[in-house]
Amino acid sequence: MVTTSTPLKAESKNLNFYYSNGHQALKSVNMPIYENKITALIGPSGCGKSTFLRCFNRMHDLYPGNKYEGQIVMHPDNTNILAAGVDPIEVRMRISMVFQKPNPFPKTIFENVAYGLRVRDEKNKRVVADKVEEALKGASLWNEVKDRLDDLAFNLSGGQQQRLCIARALATDPEIMLFDEPTSALDPIATANIEELMDELRGKLTILVVTHNMQQAARISDYTAYMYLGEMMEYGDTDTIFTRPVRKETEDYITGKFG
Amino acid sequence: MNTATNMLNHLTDLTISPRLAKNLRRNIKERIIEFILMLAALSAVFTTFSIVAILLYESFGFFKTVSLVEFFTGTEWTPLFEDAHYGIMPLISGTLTTSLVALALAVPVGTIAAIYLSEFASHKTREITKPILELLVGVPTIAFGYFALLFVTPLLQKIYPDLPGFNMLSAGLVMGVMIVPYIASVAEDAMRAVPMSMREGSYAMGATRFQTALRVVTPAATSGIVAAYILAVSRAVGETMVVAVAAGQQPTLTFNPIDGAATITAYIVQVAMGDLPHGSIGYQSIFAAGLVLFAMTLCFNLIGHVVRKKYREQY
Repeated sequence: MVTTSTPLKAESKNLNFYYSNGHQALKSVNMPIYENKITALIGPSGCGKSTFLRCFNRMHDLYPGNKYEGQIVMHPDNTNILAAGVDPIEVRMRISMVFQKPNPFPKTIFENVAYGLRVRDEKNKRVVADKVEEALKGASLWNEVKDRLDDLAFNLSGGQQQRLCIARALATDPEIMLFDEPTSALDPIATANIEELMDELRGKLTILVVTHNMQQAARISDYTAYMYLGEMMEYGDTDTIFTRPVRKETEDYITGKFG
Repeated sequence: MNTATNMLNHLTDLTISPRLAKNLRRNIKERIIEFILMLAALSAVFTTFSIVAILLYESFGFFKTVSLVEFFTGTEWTPLFEDAHYGIMPLISGTLTTSLVALALAVPVGTIAAIYLSEFASHKTREITKPILELLVGVPTIAFGYFALLFVTPLLQKIYPDLPGFNMLSAGLVMGVMIVPYIASVAEDAMRAVPMSMREGSYAMGATRFQTALRVVTPAATSGIVAAYILAVSRAVGETMVVAVAAGQQPTLTFNPIDGAATITAYIVQVAMGDLPHGSIGYQSIFAAGLVLFAMTLCFNLIGHVVRKKYREQY
């Protein structure tokens, strides 16, 4: 099963989450996130996988009335990022996110990638330019856009926009990157590009990805968690989950008997 | 081509089932409704064109007496005096100065109010504040005029004692207050229309509320915000009662807001209240002034249209 030599990057401990309408979307979720590995969250719609993902960068704080219980502990500093005294902005400085639908800003390609540096008050133009180039290369977009960095980001295709959003998230050297169904709005070729890119990031970056595409989870992730109705049903390394799941429910979902 | 269409018609004639055949009564009803709707739409177009036609027709008589050169280069506007001069510039300067004072106040205040309402205010605050702000729109402009003359001017005179009783500063400021709700309301709608996913993208990068509002939401809503400004400019240029009451009715070629001066609208209302013989040069002069006003508003609207197209939302 899980090799003990891989260091932990984060860990959710007895995590409960309640939306403002009182609905409990997560029920005592315990899950390890291993450093520089890709962890996939699968499960039917409404199972809480996106809710769980969005706890990691405190996105739920944007909407009044949402409530966390339990802990998400970041390593090596052992900080509970859900603690009352922790500034959500500090959390988001360490953990960045790529959304389901590409959401570039109404700015140039360059400024989109530089956004995180700008909000961190990086004034050195040299540093910004280097970081932007590095991030665009990391997102395999540099060759396509290097001659038109001053174009509006909206002029890019959907797949390019999503890679731009990945570059934007990479530019700030995050410790963990969250992907919320990053390919569900893309065509198969753009999807393959994104998957290839995530594969390249393996080993350099801790990734947590929500997907409702089982093949995708099987292809790209090291560990997989199956969630259902707000509960963590099964967690293990991806090969085991997909070939010898312990629970009947997991097997039913993976083999397409429901979901 | 023709034979092909004929053949097609023939084919459809053959294959059509009675249930799918055109219902004559329904067809006529649809036509009548369509005609009534078109009439309603045309009435607006027709009104606009007749206004332009009348403006042009009456101005034509005016420009038979007064040369275009005198009209646009003359520095005195005294069509009703014994010694008549027909230079429109003093009225234009009055219009522009009061409008600029108004916009200098309304654009920043209105924009900030919109940003606050859209990005910072809680749902409850917004539900209370916005209707109150929009109530300002319902206050008759004549009330604003006397507010400027009897309240704001004396207040300004405490700070600057040499300020004349009629001045463009006071009129412009009050006009600005009057326009704030327009800008705030239209700009706020534009900002609220920016999808939440874009804000989330910004927050996810570690941005603060303020950074998100200023660097992401405002640029994304540029088109709508510009529309708000254009509406404000048209309001300011066309506003009549505030300037007629508080800025004085003496046409003066000046861009100094401390002075009193007449605007195009103030002149028109002044003349319209007296009894001038139909067809006299004084009567015709209000149409020439109106034509200039119309041209100015049209220009601003065209500029606004171009800017809006350039920045139209693409998300």
